[in-house]
Amino acid sequence: MFYFIVRRFASAILVLFAISVTVFLIFFATPGVDPAARIAGRSASPQILAQVAKEFGLNRPLPIRYLLMMEHLFIKQDLTSYVNIGDRVVPQITQAAPVTLSLVIGAAVIWLIVGVLGGVVAAANQGKFIDPFIMFIGIAAVSVPAYWLGEVMNLLTQSKFHTSIFSWVPPPGYVSFTTSPSQWFLHLLFPWLTLAALYAGIYARVLRAELVNALNEDYIRTARAKGLSERRILFRHALRCSLISIVSLFGLDFGALIGGAALLTEVVFGLPGVGLLTYTSLQNLDLPVIMGCVMYGAFFVVLANAVVDVLYAYLDPRVRLA
Amino acid sequence: MPEATIDRTPLLRVRDLKVSFATRQGVLRAVDGLSFDVGQKEIVGIVGESGSGKSVAIYSMLGLVREKNATITGSVLFEDREILGLSDKELQPIRGGSIGMIFQDPMTALTPVYTVGWQLVEQIRQHLHLTKAAARSRAIELLGQVGIPDPKSRVDRFPHEFSGGMRQRVVIAMALSCNPRLLIADEPTTALDVTTQAQILDLMVTLQDTYDSSIVIITHDMGVIAEMANRVVVMYAGRPVEIAPELELVRHPRHPYTWGLLDAVPRLNVAHERLRTIRGNAVSPLNLPPGCAFAPRCDYVMQKCAERPPLRGENDHVDACWLSDAQKVTIRRTPEHST
Repeated sequence: MFYFIVRRFASAILVLFAISVTVFLIFFATPGVDPAARIAGRSASPQILAQVAKEFGLNRPLPIRYLLMMEHLFIKQDLTSYVNIGDRVVPQITQAAPVTLSLVIGAAVIWLIVGVLGGVVAAANQGKFIDPFIMFIGIAAVSVPAYWLGEVMNLLTQSKFHTSIFSWVPPPGYVSFTTSPSQWFLHLLFPWLTLAALYAGIYARVLRAELVNALNEDYIRTARAKGLSERRILFRHALRCSLISIVSLFGLDFGALIGGAALLTEVVFGLPGVGLLTYTSLQNLDLPVIMGCVMYGAFFVVLANAVVDVLYAYLDPRVRLA
Repeated sequence: MPEATIDRTPLLRVRDLKVSFATRQGVLRAVDGLSFDVGQKEIVGIVGESGSGKSVAIYSMLGLVREKNATITGSVLFEDREILGLSDKELQPIRGGSIGMIFQDPMTALTPVYTVGWQLVEQIRQHLHLTKAAARSRAIELLGQVGIPDPKSRVDRFPHEFSGGMRQRVVIAMALSCNPRLLIADEPTTALDVTTQAQILDLMVTLQDTYDSSIVIITHDMGVIAEMANRVVVMYAGRPVEIAPELELVRHPRHPYTWGLLDAVPRLNVAHERLRTIRGNAVSPLNLPPGCAFAPRCDYVMQKCAERPPLRGENDHVDACWLSDAQKVTIRRTPEHST
């Protein structure tokens, strides 16, 4: 198991390196594109172009340029935006990251609890009313777009009932946990619920299907023939085996969301997270920021996948050998 | 085991067991009136071709037929207690406690994510009030008894680290872990290769002797019956067609279906003989004929076969066929059927 973990993280580092090279090549070595003009933004003066060319070593060989870029990004952390002159890229990302992390982790807790609970209750009550009822709520939650659900939440909490039942809801925005834990919680509560709805729906449906499959497996018959209680059969045998696919699904979703896929929720609730940062930098064609965001996103996707693989190996002993 | 030592006070008494499934095509009668007894320390073999309802019959006894469209009627007395229709909760101490089960496919019978020791301990602690450590040493002892080499280290291995034969040994260890009075084995050797089959059967006979339990073994292999069973129930289309002690059945079979089964066993002392088969296919349990279910395939079918034949005979050899006793003996003695 220990060897497996070491190997998995070593390969994660290799993947990160490969991603950094790929991202670098896309931005700096795409044929027919002048990287200086791209970095400097629209209608930049010749002086600025020259400055950019010097800073990124654009007249030097490709490997040197790659190393220079990585130095700016990770070692000196002084990569600067030329669109919004003087804005440092790395601090922008490190400021945005906690917002996204708070949003996604909180939502993940909610959707895991609700999704697993919904899936288990539905699978345990196959054929009864509650099973299709939960599945219907699930498909409804999956079908509602986050920006619509978010706006409805805002409409209810910020306008319609803001003076009555939802008077305790603070205005949209973000308050850091270190400033005020209670305000942090209140500001994020509805974003969490909005983001979690979609995933809770998916997870409940996937888990139910997995559980129904597992409950038809031979080992469940063995467990029953051993004289175990139905509860124990469901939780210790069927659920334990079904969790494996939920965990791999979670790894993909969590990594992508941390990497910026929570954009819609961030925009609707005015949360200055990584998704929002990526979105604005794309609109401004702010190349250094885009690059920083892509690297940041890749880092979390790869990290989340490595953690999930380790968890996977813990849950399923058959994986450890591979 | 010599026949004489078998105590005939039945441990298990099955009477008129019927299992049917309501399907869109109609009522599927999987088991249609099965009755037999299992004595103390007796090995009863249930033999029949695929789809004859053998497995469904025994699964239904322990409430392991979970399909919502299933209807189960009849009576199953285990140690003089009716166990048919008990709730899962009431069945819990019986399942795995006084009745152990061995399944057909050892590759899928164990939960893949737990070590075999964990799974053994789980069952032992469910039925016997042992500490974790005591249950674990019992698990190691059991693994040794079923012939797993180096049980002390194998106990912490996962099912996928065992071969098929070794997994079946683990399943047997599990079935025996709580000293069951009755062991039910559903085609325990079908999924194994021939040499492993023989070892597993030997193991079961040896352990049956050690643990003083009775065995019900389901198979479609007459060889397995010859190897193990004291008494045989021949099933066709969900009904018993002949019940007799093993030697009696092999030497003086009375039902045409049993003749067919025995003739389909290859013989070593006859060279270049074309293996005889029973013509036709098993009837669909969706539309069983009102009379004898075997009639459409039988060489000796008569008018009377349109009526359902009862199980009749003397002593402990009964069969369900309208042929007269004299006819059965003569037909079987003609050269075509001599063995």
